[in-house]
Amino acid sequence: MSTKASRVTARLMLAPAVILLLGWMLVPLTMTVVFSFQRYLPMRGGFQGWVGFDNYRSFVTSSAFWPSVQATLIIVGSVLIITVALGVLLAVLLDQPMWGQGIVRILVIAPFFVMPTVSALVWKNMFMDPVNGLFSHLWRLFGATPVSWLSEASMPSIVLIVSWQWLPFATLILLTAIQSLDSEQQEAAEMDGAGPINRFFFITLPHLSRAITIVLLIQTIFLLAIFAEIFVTTQGAFGTRTLTYLIYQRVLESQNVGLGSAGGVYAIILANIVALFLMRIVGKNLDR
Amino acid sequence: MARSVTTTRKTFNTVLAWSIGLLIFFPILWTVLTSFKTEAQAVSTPPVWFFFDWTLDNYRTVLDRSDYSRFLWNSIFIAGGSTVLGLIIAIPAAWSMAFVPSHRTKDILLWMLSTKMLPAVGVIYPIYLIFIRMGLLDSRTGLVVILMLINLPIIIWMLYTYFKEIPAEILEASRMDGAGLREEITYVLLPMALPGIASTALLNLILAWNEAFWTLNLTAAKAAPLTAFIASYSSPEGLFYAKLSAASTMAIAPILILGWFSQKQLVRGLTFGAVK
Repeated sequence: MSTKASRVTARLMLAPAVILLLGWMLVPLTMTVVFSFQRYLPMRGGFQGWVGFDNYRSFVTSSAFWPSVQATLIIVGSVLIITVALGVLLAVLLDQPMWGQGIVRILVIAPFFVMPTVSALVWKNMFMDPVNGLFSHLWRLFGATPVSWLSEASMPSIVLIVSWQWLPFATLILLTAIQSLDSEQQEAAEMDGAGPINRFFFITLPHLSRAITIVLLIQTIFLLAIFAEIFVTTQGAFGTRTLTYLIYQRVLESQNVGLGSAGGVYAIILANIVALFLMRIVGKNLDR
Repeated sequence: MARSVTTTRKTFNTVLAWSIGLLIFFPILWTVLTSFKTEAQAVSTPPVWFFFDWTLDNYRTVLDRSDYSRFLWNSIFIAGGSTVLGLIIAIPAAWSMAFVPSHRTKDILLWMLSTKMLPAVGVIYPIYLIFIRMGLLDSRTGLVVILMLINLPIIIWMLYTYFKEIPAEILEASRMDGAGLREEITYVLLPMALPGIASTALLNLILAWNEAFWTLNLTAAKAAPLTAFIASYSSPEGLFYAKLSAASTMAIAPILILGWFSQKQLVRGLTFGAVK
């Protein structure tokens, strides 16, 4: 039984974390919302009056908005499909008996630990460079004309880089989930004559559904926010300007803080919708 | 009963898994190999694989750049500092929620998690302004605080799931024996929770070391860590593949090694305990 005194101490111990996070959330958020209703150009005269919802309207009616939504959806969607589909297959494979399982696992998850600026630059220069990149050597080997990947096929290139970074994450989590699968259930199904494909679809996949949902949600939140990968490769050119990057350009590059902040509020709402689903699942898990 | 596995099948699995593993690992391997080549060999056609004159020149060149050690030190300071600071704030908070829960504990935990979902780009300008006002722009202190804040929810959650696994009876017993709160935490809880705290610290070091939004946008020359140093190679002059590779290898090696030790904890930390 906790005494009243210990409960008071416990609240005091919790307080610093709560106050810090509350401040971290509320102060900048309030400022962003306030800016979003202003015409605010720090480099060109600063604060120039209140404009109501003008920034919100301008942001969605600017010619850059819909292409950026499209770019965001394509990148997030493709990376999710690729990492989850390959992640499931890879997790099933890594769960099989083999020699050197531990080493293979290390090889597979390594990309996750590479800092984003390094992976983006390594892919950009050493693989996708149209003159000296490894891909261009490969293309020439087969008599094809090397492709200038990041300008001619910018989207697939970014998707490839980001998928490479996130496949390890999906694989690792799905593998952990598969390993908690009861092997007796598998054996029973096998004895009842279920082939490997049926076992995969009727036992493994349903068992993984919760882990897959979690991977989808967590990755969505991180993928909506990818920045460095675009910053060091295309700088948002060639149709790779995502919503995050567009807001970044509005706020920090063209210093149109009002407009950018309105975009920021959209991004916050979007992230919160995704977060809501994630919290539901995580919350349910807390009760167990 | 273990299922019998034929050698053929095991061989097939092994070959397939190793091929895929090596394919995924290849960009890293290629970077490491290139870092030991000369710049001419690094771009030679056809590419050279293993048989070239291995050289450490690129490492020497990168290290000789007068500022490399500063970037490295900044990375260590920022990642280390934010981890230590985060633990100091998170340990009491997690202890409190794990052992003296109230009816609001679950809501507080979920709310903390929700602050992690705040898109950085949505609050970059306010933070930028606050940093200018407080003289924190391009300072290590500023980044330590920001990275501590963005990772604090993960630290608290992870510690919470570890603390939950410690039986409360043991703590009660120590209390019966007359241990005060401080003794209870120092002599009973901490030793038992040490593995959990260590893995939490490890994960946080990895996340902070690799963070590349705030570190790129809130630093210039003085406080920039390795993420920003590497980004400075994005508009290069002349031949630079081998030097880029050497710099990259040095930037990722410590974290790769730490990361390999923390695979299991990574899952728990990044899924907020939902997958263990």
